[in-house]
Amino acid sequence: MRAPTIQKRTEQRGGVGESVQRPDGVPKTKGEFAYSSDLWAENMLWGATTRSPHPRARIVSIDTREALATPRVRTVLTHEDVPGRKSYGMEVPDQPVLAWDDVRYQGEAVALVAADHPEAARRAAGRVKIEYEVLEPLVDPETALADGAPALHPSGNVIRHIRIRHGDQEASAEVVVKGDYQVGMQDQAFLGPESGLAIPDGEGGIDLYVSTQWLHIDLDQLAASLDLPPSKVRITLAGVGGAFGAREDLSIQIHCCLLALETGRPVKMMYGREESFFGHVHRHPARLHYEHGAMRDGRLVYVKARIVLDGGAYASSSTAVCANAACFSCGPYNVPNATIDAYAVYTDNPPCGAMRGFGAVQTCFAYESQMDRLAKALDIDPVELRRLNAMDTGATMITGQEVEGPAPVAELLKRVRNAPLPPDGDAMDIRTLPGGVSNTTHGEGVKRGVGYALGFKNIGYSEGFDDFSTARVRLSVVAGEPQVEVHSAASEVGQGVVTVQMQIARTELGVQQVVVLPADTSIGSSGSSSASRQTWMTGGAVKNACEAVRARLLQRAAQRLGKRHGKLTLDGANIVSAGSGSVASISDIVGDDPIEETKEYHHRKTFPLDPRTGQGNAHVAFAFAAHRAVVDVDLDLGLVRVVEMATAQDVGKALNPQAVEGQIEGGIAQGLGLALMEEIQISQGRILNPSFTDYLIPTILDMPPVRADVLELGDPHAPYGLKGVGEPPTISSTPAIVAALRDATGRPLTRVPVRPDDIVGLDGQSG
Amino acid sequence: MRIELEINGDTRSADDVWEGESLLFVLRERLGFPGSKNACEQGECGSCSIYLDGNLVCACLVLAGQAQGARVTTVEGLAEDLDLHPVQEAYLKAGAVQCGFCTPGLIMATHELLERKAQPSDAEIREALAGNLCRCTGYEKILDAVRLAAKARA
Repeated sequence: MRAPTIQKRTEQRGGVGESVQRPDGVPKTKGEFAYSSDLWAENMLWGATTRSPHPRARIVSIDTREALATPRVRTVLTHEDVPGRKSYGMEVPDQPVLAWDDVRYQGEAVALVAADHPEAARRAAGRVKIEYEVLEPLVDPETALADGAPALHPSGNVIRHIRIRHGDQEASAEVVVKGDYQVGMQDQAFLGPESGLAIPDGEGGIDLYVSTQWLHIDLDQLAASLDLPPSKVRITLAGVGGAFGAREDLSIQIHCCLLALETGRPVKMMYGREESFFGHVHRHPARLHYEHGAMRDGRLVYVKARIVLDGGAYASSSTAVCANAACFSCGPYNVPNATIDAYAVYTDNPPCGAMRGFGAVQTCFAYESQMDRLAKALDIDPVELRRLNAMDTGATMITGQEVEGPAPVAELLKRVRNAPLPPDGDAMDIRTLPGGVSNTTHGEGVKRGVGYALGFKNIGYSEGFDDFSTARVRLSVVAGEPQVEVHSAASEVGQGVVTVQMQIARTELGVQQVVVLPADTSIGSSGSSSASRQTWMTGGAVKNACEAVRARLLQRAAQRLGKRHGKLTLDGANIVSAGSGSVASISDIVGDDPIEETKEYHHRKTFPLDPRTGQGNAHVAFAFAAHRAVVDVDLDLGLVRVVEMATAQDVGKALNPQAVEGQIEGGIAQGLGLALMEEIQISQGRILNPSFTDYLIPTILDMPPVRADVLELGDPHAPYGLKGVGEPPTISSTPAIVAALRDATGRPLTRVPVRPDDIVGLDGQSG
Repeated sequence: MRIELEINGDTRSADDVWEGESLLFVLRERLGFPGSKNACEQGECGSCSIYLDGNLVCACLVLAGQAQGARVTTVEGLAEDLDLHPVQEAYLKAGAVQCGFCTPGLIMATHELLERKAQPSDAEIREALAGNLCRCTGYEKILDAVRLAAKARA
């Protein structure tokens, strides 16, 4: 018997596992990358939207005459001009393309204008005369849930109720802690505003260039409302200036196409920042009531929770957000008995939907606050309490699902616990103190706090959804060198999925020169760039397509070269045999006959949750992270400086380590924002702060250094063992910061974002 | 109205400019310089930062008419020929670019900082870039980029 020959693989540059620079990086640094707001076409018109000033009203009449008579205006459209389905929505088509009888939130679109100057369009939009019968808005989700509340939609006010009954419902515990928590409405605040360009093709069809997270779900909704066959609607991804969930729902898509089809001219739409706050969904505000029961030694016995998510005026992705909130409501802990009721509710507030963390963020703040409260009641160190209850591989979730694959919860916690602590602030340099150059303290009244939190969530789509992606890979010879072309519909939103597709093609086919084509709808769906799924799913599809191309390449080589070389393999760009070494190059074999394959990748099947018990294998995989926050707090003024964030996260496999760090650091910044400053303030259904002057996101002064410990434990079911990376950093960073604030202040701090008033005790809660 | 100004060394003009148009709008929509970005158009995010007669300003806060006869440098004017400017190179290398919408403004602000102070401390970098919002990176790699660009000058 011959010993197996071990092939030494040729070094491949720019493949999987390297911090490869992004191919769009050069144009982005030079200002040459074409974002959706940069587009321009000859003879182009500008679109504008007339929006309801009222959170709840009946439309009595709409008069477009004055708007239409405005100089430079070409058309004004209302609901009567929507040729197909008059409403849209990802899960429930309950949102009017243009409102006809009721408006259900402030900012709801009622009419559209196209003009040859954006200011003319804006002014004309203001001249659409809409007579409203103004109604009292229903803005409190608990009121909307109550019996006898007026129904905001024909289906009632409950968008979804998830009921989980796990284990012994009568279980009793030696120590019980209860708490009520609130999470404010966070905005994704991507920097590139909603925008796009629609170009009619002159034959009834349309081309749309737009920033979105999921081209094909846009296509489905566009085709339905435009009453066109999908083949007549072609969507190409324009440059996307961030997404974070806010580009899952439609914004300008149908409107821009309606205007372009009506006028027969290219139409550009671009929201300003204020309009953007009304133009996309936000993170669900939540009220959460929790009860934790434990034995005196710290072991959790049960968790009971009632979670109310304010879905606002339309369903958006509330049903899935609600399921996530429920499924992950108890944290990455062994909880033998659980009684959970999670509701997503319609109100007349702004619609809420996807944002990074997707339901897991709200509950993580509550359950981690509870773990600290329980630790205090038991007089156990909060880290020790978490370690004692930490989930591991083989654990049973409160949905009855077994946790397969690595679940290194205790290890992640240990790593952040053992990370060195940052040095004390420098009282001589006010820039290192809370308040900074506002010169509010020179160190007096400043106290340091340290807090910990753990979080987890699902990767990919759940509850039986057939989640898949499609990729086409073409291997050809260009100017004597092999080249790979990769095509998918995966949205590059900044996360780096274009880079990852290149890296995978290099690794699988050994070819240096890889081109990723623009994402569009001429290929099958890649699904959404959300749920931390795109590297896994589209990465999997590209890998599958590369493997198919490679198999055909080797088959062709075997046919050409005969059987004398035995089994052939690919080593770099060379075809090698165990006996003869390199026998041909890729270019020799491909010649002028390219090899092309299109493949899909589907993740493992998942199953629905039982409607009575919430039990079921609903999720394909889980990602875990731990955070430690160190804060300095000015106890007199309630000002906070986050000194450092330490994190440990299992990413399975870092396909691009630098991009992974970027996701972790950026995700923590959004978690910090929710902890300390970010909230869309709503009064009687009206947004009070729709601007970057009044809606604050962290600046470089607010964001501390991040100490990231990246584990690569490898998920056996995922391509290369990778796990999604994007969301876990946002989930547990918020509660870690609030835990640190409690450590410094001794105050309960049950609501995020934490305000200076809460820190100094003006919130009416006792410490 | 008609506006004439110098952009990245060349004289440019635009006709039929409405008096209410910002310099940012004229640069982006009339003169073909979309590199300066339109993230907030109210002077809060810094993504439209340009040099106006040598001063770093938000182009969204300048009326186009005010820029008549002025000398403007935009992000498109930093690189010479095909090479990247060292600040651009540093942003790319450090992984400071994700969605990239803030990148042109941050590169302009970094350029201005390093012209003023070739070797800034971290605190000085944070102070200088506090007017530029980034939503993707958490700023850690932006700090790396500025340090890298400063090192390249040393």
